[in-house]
Amino acid sequence: MTASNELAVEMKGITKRFPGVLANDNVDLQLKHGEIHALLGENGAGKTTLMNCLYGFLEADEGDIFINGEKVKVTNPNVAIAHGIGMVHQHFMLVPPFTVTENIVLGGEPSKNSMIDYKKARKEVEEISEQYGLQVDPDAKVQDISVGMQQRVEILKALYKGAEILILDEPTAVLTPQEVEELVSIMESLTDEGKSIIFITHKLKEVKAIADRVTVIRSGKWIDTIDTNSATTNELANMMVGREVILELEKEKAQPGEVVLEVEDLYAKNNRDLMALNGASFSVRRGEILGIAGVDGNGQTELTEVLTGLRKKESGTIKFKGREIKKPQTKRLFEEGISHVPEDRQRRGLVMDFSLYENLILGRHDRKPYASKFKMNYKTVKNEARRLIKDFDVRTPNEVVKAKSLSGGNQQKLIIAREFDREPDLLVAAQPTRGIDVGAIEYIHEKLVEQRNNNKAILLLSLELDEILSLSDRIAVIYEGEIVDILDVEDATEEKLGLMMAGAESEEVEGGNDVGR
Amino acid sequence: MLASLAALLSTTLRMATPLILASLGGMFSESSGVINIALEGIMLIGAFTAMAGSYFVGPWFGVLAAVIVGMLVALVHAIASITFRADQIVTATAINIFATGITGFLLRLIFGDAGQSPSVQDVGTWTLPGINKIPFIGDVIGTQIPFVYIALILVAVSYWVLFKTPFGLRLRSVGEHPAAADSVGINVFKMRYIAVIMSGFFAGLAGASLSVGLLDLFVKNMASGRGFIALAAMIFGKWTPHGALMAALLFGFADALQMLAQTLGLTFVPRQFLLMAPYILTILALAGVVGRSTPPAADGEPYIKEEV
Repeated sequence: MTASNELAVEMKGITKRFPGVLANDNVDLQLKHGEIHALLGENGAGKTTLMNCLYGFLEADEGDIFINGEKVKVTNPNVAIAHGIGMVHQHFMLVPPFTVTENIVLGGEPSKNSMIDYKKARKEVEEISEQYGLQVDPDAKVQDISVGMQQRVEILKALYKGAEILILDEPTAVLTPQEVEELVSIMESLTDEGKSIIFITHKLKEVKAIADRVTVIRSGKWIDTIDTNSATTNELANMMVGREVILELEKEKAQPGEVVLEVEDLYAKNNRDLMALNGASFSVRRGEILGIAGVDGNGQTELTEVLTGLRKKESGTIKFKGREIKKPQTKRLFEEGISHVPEDRQRRGLVMDFSLYENLILGRHDRKPYASKFKMNYKTVKNEARRLIKDFDVRTPNEVVKAKSLSGGNQQKLIIAREFDREPDLLVAAQPTRGIDVGAIEYIHEKLVEQRNNNKAILLLSLELDEILSLSDRIAVIYEGEIVDILDVEDATEEKLGLMMAGAESEEVEGGNDVGR
Repeated sequence: MLASLAALLSTTLRMATPLILASLGGMFSESSGVINIALEGIMLIGAFTAMAGSYFVGPWFGVLAAVIVGMLVALVHAIASITFRADQIVTATAINIFATGITGFLLRLIFGDAGQSPSVQDVGTWTLPGINKIPFIGDVIGTQIPFVYIALILVAVSYWVLFKTPFGLRLRSVGEHPAAADSVGINVFKMRYIAVIMSGFFAGLAGASLSVGLLDLFVKNMASGRGFIALAAMIFGKWTPHGALMAALLFGFADALQMLAQTLGLTFVPRQFLLMAPYILTILALAGVVGRSTPPAADGEPYIKEEV
């Protein structure tokens, strides 16, 4: 086994089963010392499962793991940490009310006289933060710092525990394009220091831009491991999905009609009773998609909820089809023609333990033809459900199964079916493709454009800048609860939007460009 | 006047003691993410055990036995709610009902009385030399039942453990974000077991303070809601030992006031209203009227390791 010495990690024939699911099926992965290795696959392909096996969060049912040539049974994270593996999880593993320092040292606290030596801890955090150029505030509470800084804390946490091998799970999902650039340079300086990095992603552009090599997995199976230079983005997409993928969405120019929704100076509070919307103003017209771009937590959730009557506004006006809505109530709005694709399909979109046919009539369940005065007309309901399931290509054995038995993509199609079938005037779609497979994403994108061509108004809220750019006709950038600016899609670039998402005014962004010219 | 004020405060301390002890127990349990409303039942069992221990051997043996039995009963709650992920409220309620039944049964079986046990030897009082000579302060705290001093010392120790030691940081991380704790190699289940068993220690001690401290016998259902009031004190005190101490003292004060009014024969407020005071304070505390307090984020949620 001399050859394996150049490998930091070798995973051989990893198989992991969950009840009813084969999450990893005989997967191999080889990480060389000092390389950035992308683990590419669709949502649900089994990337995170594989890495959780390496980190000891899960135990593989079959297969072997070698770290620096030595066979290791990774039964829990302690074993992984002891072998120099660190993981930055997609959903940060940070304790919000603890300070940055406490989070970094947790589990390996320096102590004196059986007390935590906070002085020493703080000093060590400062040193390591300086060494790797990862700026953090050691005394700030994690709940008060930005997402970008939280990610740096996560990386520091791994480095503090002596990680030589870093696993980054979808690290760019929550960052602005500029923050992504920053992260890339951090990753490069880490490999310069001799660290090896596995980074999980489903974004092809990132693979090409960041990784030296890439391993592709699909439906839990290993597909190939190649040098990133040796394949085009299209080829990577094919490997990931298993067929031709349309990367660019074709759509004709919008023919916007009259204004359907007009929002002015809207204020609303979040769950922590702090102001989350700070005077947002914008309007949406018939036959157009207005995309709201922004980093997570800048008021998107609150905006969606106010517009659908799920949260009360503090002040400001909302006009729908020319009439002011003084007190938005969900049922009234729904009846007047607002449809809602909620951002959390499992919490707000569906009743997971209800059947598909029950889910498909939620909101209209009390009306003809689904209900008469005292009883439900389940026969009609089921017929309708079968039609919708067919029309919207929901993959399911029948309409009687529970919503929770469907895949994420099919759950989302189910919601789309329910909401589009009502022929709304305005569709509020929040994160409509979050965490679903490429096939379902393509389908939902097509449907959204189709609705727009049918002269509906669509408000699209998404954290995926690519999605905003490819679907929207106009783009509003939201920052700290305010609409910074609204651009036509022709004028919008990723860079410009990125700066605005971090709070820069449009003029400043333009000004910056002028100097450059 | 000053003398009756000193007496009032002295009674306050004594009445607050079981609450202080039990609320510390609740705090350890909930800081780790396990709700333990079985404090009430464990207190009751602890009170009975301490009395029986004193009856057969001696008061301090009774205290020791109460603490050990308390930890054993808490272990049952831990097994059900941590390992088997049973509903923590239902499990604890079952323990509370069991506690009423078993103490009543044993009382009749061993002592042949359905209402109360015979009088046993209590732990007596301790006197702080020097301090008992200081005017006023000496009257309040100079001579007290030992549990008062033990409770006050345990408040300080608990604070130190929870907020100064690696153990405390890990315990709180398990209650706030168990997956994060797991990801840095902290054994979530072990931490929770330790915390729940500690809560049994405290609740058992609180029970002993009733039957061989405040009184010298066991009375049927003598916990009479103190376990729940202790939980209110814990919430009131925002899950901190010093906060719980202050809250428990407030409840103790309401109790003492009621007793004082009774002995002085004050009738301008009906006695029943004063009796109600601690419970009304409890409801107000639980309803969040007295300042909002945020529980540990994962409080009451079982930790499931293997999730897709």
